[in-house]
Amino acid sequence: MAVAFDEMTGQDGKLRPAYRELSAWLGEIRPDVLDYRRREAEFLFRRIGITFAVYGEADSQERLIPFDVIPRILSAPEWALLSRGLEQRVTAINAYIRDIYGKRECLRAGIVPEDLVFQNPVFRPEMNGQKVPHDIYVAIAGIDIVRVDDQTFYVLEDNARTPSGVSYMLENREIMLRLFPELFSRHRIAPVDNYPDELLATLQSIAPNTAAAEPTVVLLTPGVFNSAYYEHSFLADKLGIELVEGRDLFVRGEEVFMRTTQGPKRVDVIYRRLDDDFLDPLAFRPDSVLGVPGLMSAYQAGNVTLANAVGTGVADDKAVYSYMPEIVKFFLGEEPILRNVPTFRCREDEHLGYVLDNIDKLVVKEVHGSGGYGMLIGPAADKAMLAAFRAKLKSAPANFIAQPTLALSTCPTCVDSGIAPRHVDLRPFVLTGRDKVRIVPGGLTRVAMKAGSLVVNSSQGGGTKDTWVLDG
Amino acid sequence: MRILISHDTVYRYANPPASVVQILRLTPRNHDGQYVGSWRIDISADCRLDAHEDSFGNLTHTFSVDGPVEELVIHVEGDVDTEDTNGVVRGAIERFPPGLFLRETQLTTPSPAIRDFAAALKAAGYGETLSLLHGLLACLYEEMTFDADPTHAATTAAEAFAIRRGVCQDFAHIFIAAARSLGVPARYVSGYFFRSDGVNDQNAGHAWAEAYVADLGWVAFDPANGISATDAHLRVAAGLDYLGAAPVRGTRYGGGAENLAVRVRLQQARQQAQN
Repeated sequence: MAVAFDEMTGQDGKLRPAYRELSAWLGEIRPDVLDYRRREAEFLFRRIGITFAVYGEADSQERLIPFDVIPRILSAPEWALLSRGLEQRVTAINAYIRDIYGKRECLRAGIVPEDLVFQNPVFRPEMNGQKVPHDIYVAIAGIDIVRVDDQTFYVLEDNARTPSGVSYMLENREIMLRLFPELFSRHRIAPVDNYPDELLATLQSIAPNTAAAEPTVVLLTPGVFNSAYYEHSFLADKLGIELVEGRDLFVRGEEVFMRTTQGPKRVDVIYRRLDDDFLDPLAFRPDSVLGVPGLMSAYQAGNVTLANAVGTGVADDKAVYSYMPEIVKFFLGEEPILRNVPTFRCREDEHLGYVLDNIDKLVVKEVHGSGGYGMLIGPAADKAMLAAFRAKLKSAPANFIAQPTLALSTCPTCVDSGIAPRHVDLRPFVLTGRDKVRIVPGGLTRVAMKAGSLVVNSSQGGGTKDTWVLDG
Repeated sequence: MRILISHDTVYRYANPPASVVQILRLTPRNHDGQYVGSWRIDISADCRLDAHEDSFGNLTHTFSVDGPVEELVIHVEGDVDTEDTNGVVRGAIERFPPGLFLRETQLTTPSPAIRDFAAALKAAGYGETLSLLHGLLACLYEEMTFDADPTHAATTAAEAFAIRRGVCQDFAHIFIAAARSLGVPARYVSGYFFRSDGVNDQNAGHAWAEAYVADLGWVAFDPANGISATDAHLRVAAGLDYLGAAPVRGTRYGGGAENLAVRVRLQQARQQAQN
């Protein structure tokens, strides 16, 4: 594998301009001071209580996501490019979902295979022919970006359902401001603390036409046992909206109401962090007690906005991912600004053959998996694992895609032995309202804490960093 | 055949719930061989019925009742003219291409046993899709025993097939799971069945399946009776499985156990003139 591009020193070891001050500062700061601040950061995170439950671990307890105090920095021109690319991508995603549940022009034109949509578990037949307020399906998107060299950013994954992680973006910045004020005084960094205002403005802008002038927005959570509950309560608090569970809402006459101490109050926009399956036992899983009975009929009557809309998974499924460049071209008539990672569709015989022959060099992903589960990293796998995956591929090729093992960029990171490069990705959050697209400059940088590891998912032990976008 | 339908769904609650929310798929539509004369739904409680069409083209009614609700009666009454079309369903509202109906659902996921059962039929050389489906219909009717005791509304095709017992819903789910496993689009239909044996009063509606045959279109099979649908079948709603076509889906807030009784009465109207 080629030497990875380093965010601070590039490919050739030459200091990149955006990192000039940070590099100098790292040279100045005494290791014991840095170490002290690291521990202080951990203490602060623990005190805030920002934790994350890891599924599939034996003890499955809540734990802290490691935080690295060395920020990841993007220059203004880099961000400008990313920002344009993100807006384009999410605009195309919204157009695509509208089309899939509406005229299906992209299916007729052969842009995306029909079976990939209609037989996909995340396609929701219930949404077919349904209007959603202002045609906005994905109001909140988290687009995972990786970088492989100075010029090239790839979209690794689109998250169009209920992307999480934005609370880390906000908390990381707050903690950094507190611990390293001197570092901030040496940079001009674009703020991110307006994210809650931008999110609220976005949600209000997509209220249904039947809503009052000042629409009521709530955040619907599955409850305290959800791994992202901390984020739900954090965001509701920052937005100044009610945090509700299904049992706090009810439907009457195709309108949604919230139980309050002053009596029922109509709800216009639900920022829901509950999966489609659980939203309404009368429409989806009948055994769900987390949702609101009748919610879908209020939704279909146009009296409530769900953000994100039901059925947006048709756009972020890994099988659909490989078609995104064509989707962008088809709906916007533009060349994609952000490229996809080259992807082999194992459903196609030719691609499958290549993947089987080169499995030890590739990353193989299950199309419906998430969080780094059900994934094979060829170069890191032993013979038994490779054989097991070959067998899986042969028995259900359509369930898999494969990608070359990318040399993800690295960023200096505090580790036990000092400061060392670790692979990073970036999840910026894209807000789409009726009026405009809003992107707060920054996002969540995830970092693989193990040397050489490419898996940045927090569920697999990845950490986070503050992400700086330099102003001018 | 002109069929008169009277269908009561009666809920009685031990402890009256504070409120009840329901969605009904209880209104048939016209298609070739089925013409709805009159049709009405009455709810015993004071409420507003909101009528819509779901994404599959079924007519739905939703309502909510504020309690305490001691008893809730959903009364449906109507008359429908039917003709025998040899099971072929034409002129129905279609919102999806047939390929959609290859989706697996939780209730219709084929177990290895169902897959094997279906594959064995295929191997037995039934040939064309249509005869394969007729083979499936006959073998399933042969293999299964009608028995209302062991299964319930949430029983999956796999569970019912494992014990080889069930009601029309289970027969339909197994048929659908098997057909889909053979690559044949299939869907669930809820409705009514007029019995020729003179048993006019039934304690449930009926359910069967439709499968897609190229060149012919959707064809209705009634595995619980081992026959293709006839003019005795009155089609009300179609979906991927029972949940998508269920006559009633509901939730109640508070209250204790509920007792559900269904009374269906089908009669053939006297013909005015006979040839």
